[in-house]
Amino acid sequence: MSDIKLTIIDREGEAHVVDAPTDMNMNLMEVIRLHELAPEGTIGICGGMAMCASCHCYINYKELVLPEKSFEEEDMLDQAFLVEENSRLSCQIPITEELEGLEVKIAPVA
Amino acid sequence: MIKTDILIIGAGPTGLFAVFEAGLLKLKCHLIDALPQPGGQCSEIYPKKPIYDIPGFPEILAGDLTTNLMEQIKPFSPGFTLGERAETIEKLEDDSFVVTTNKGTKHNAPVVVIAGGLGSFEPRKPPISNIADFEDKGVNYFIKEPEFFRNKKVVIAGGGDSALDWSIFLADVASEVSLVHRRNEFRGALDSVEKVSELSKIGKINLITEAEVVGLNGSNQLESVLIKKKNSEEEIKETDYFLPLFGLSPKLGPIADWGLEIEKNAIKVDNSYDYQTNIPGIYAIGDVNTYPGKLKLILCGFHEAAIMCQSAYQRIFPDKKYVMKYTTVGGVHGFDGSVKEAKKEVVKSIN
Repeated sequence: MSDIKLTIIDREGEAHVVDAPTDMNMNLMEVIRLHELAPEGTIGICGGMAMCASCHCYINYKELVLPEKSFEEEDMLDQAFLVEENSRLSCQIPITEELEGLEVKIAPVA
Repeated sequence: MIKTDILIIGAGPTGLFAVFEAGLLKLKCHLIDALPQPGGQCSEIYPKKPIYDIPGFPEILAGDLTTNLMEQIKPFSPGFTLGERAETIEKLEDDSFVVTTNKGTKHNAPVVVIAGGLGSFEPRKPPISNIADFEDKGVNYFIKEPEFFRNKKVVIAGGGDSALDWSIFLADVASEVSLVHRRNEFRGALDSVEKVSELSKIGKINLITEAEVVGLNGSNQLESVLIKKKNSEEEIKETDYFLPLFGLSPKLGPIADWGLEIEKNAIKVDNSYDYQTNIPGIYAIGDVNTYPGKLKLILCGFHEAAIMCQSAYQRIFPDKKYVMKYTTVGGVHGFDGSVKEAKKEVVKSIN
């Protein structure tokens, strides 16, 4: 197990290449918070239960290797705005080796 | 004017437990919360979710934790101002504070404790550039008085329970109800979904799915909405009201303008001593505060509440010395006259 590299585009449009550990039971929302790429209180409000939509993001690349959306995730996306085909809740995406090279853009604050 | 010893802003788990700790020191509390019910996130976001790290509870539902806290603080008869948001704070000559809500309710206390979590829950507003111009001029995020919509045309947006329930209710009140939703599927309770489908078939609800409201038009009052469908088709729909019902999200809100030191969307406090902010007499506890090593956990909020109360006591009674007593020893003497005490051992001597 080792770190993978992800590209995260923040809400201002700036791209950050960051390391994400695959062996710490982390999800994408937590990686964004770990690197402080979105202000505290504007992302991961529910803590990662798919019960708010504050970690809404767009998957620009590698969308196909992601796990399918659960019923809960699809439901919560109803409370987000500017939802696109590639919209996901980043808290529902566990960090695995398959995600190496993933590019993701954080959606605007609702 | 509501007068109390400790005015607590935020009725989540930390705010509620602060009432208990204050009560042991014979200090009365009053709580303000923007939500209509106590419990904060625990009751608003995840009441049916289990929590596993409350000491002494291997597993407890967030909603049950709220119920238990309310039971625990009952002897100390806290006051509540619910459904109102703390808006302004003002310091009086006697060093006490007056906090006024958005509805004008005034509260006076020598100590103010902010236990506001991530802030007050506000409706999520769709990103339509001119939506603010039509607020209360055809755009409403809450439905207070359904009669208001009698014989009016209403467009509701959203796919959750409240969008479904209000569509059903207003179908009999309004002259026309349209429900606009991003998907074909709805998230609500099964019978609400079925009812909407039924009403749609008989033409009582105009269901517009795989669509989004993207524009608002009107000179002063709302006159129509622009609906964009998935296939890029656009439709202008005449309406008297647009009701976006997309749930609530917390915002730090007016508290951010109270002159408190803010860092990372949280209030800086002195964690080496009493969780006081940079303004003496104003404390911040629970998820709303920050300090080196802060953990946003309910159990940390409980600890901070207990420490804060000791300092608040000294501020209110500078000449008194309080000696901490275990509840097992001192019992719990409620302001309502109730007394909880450890049972005395029965002793009988043998002659």
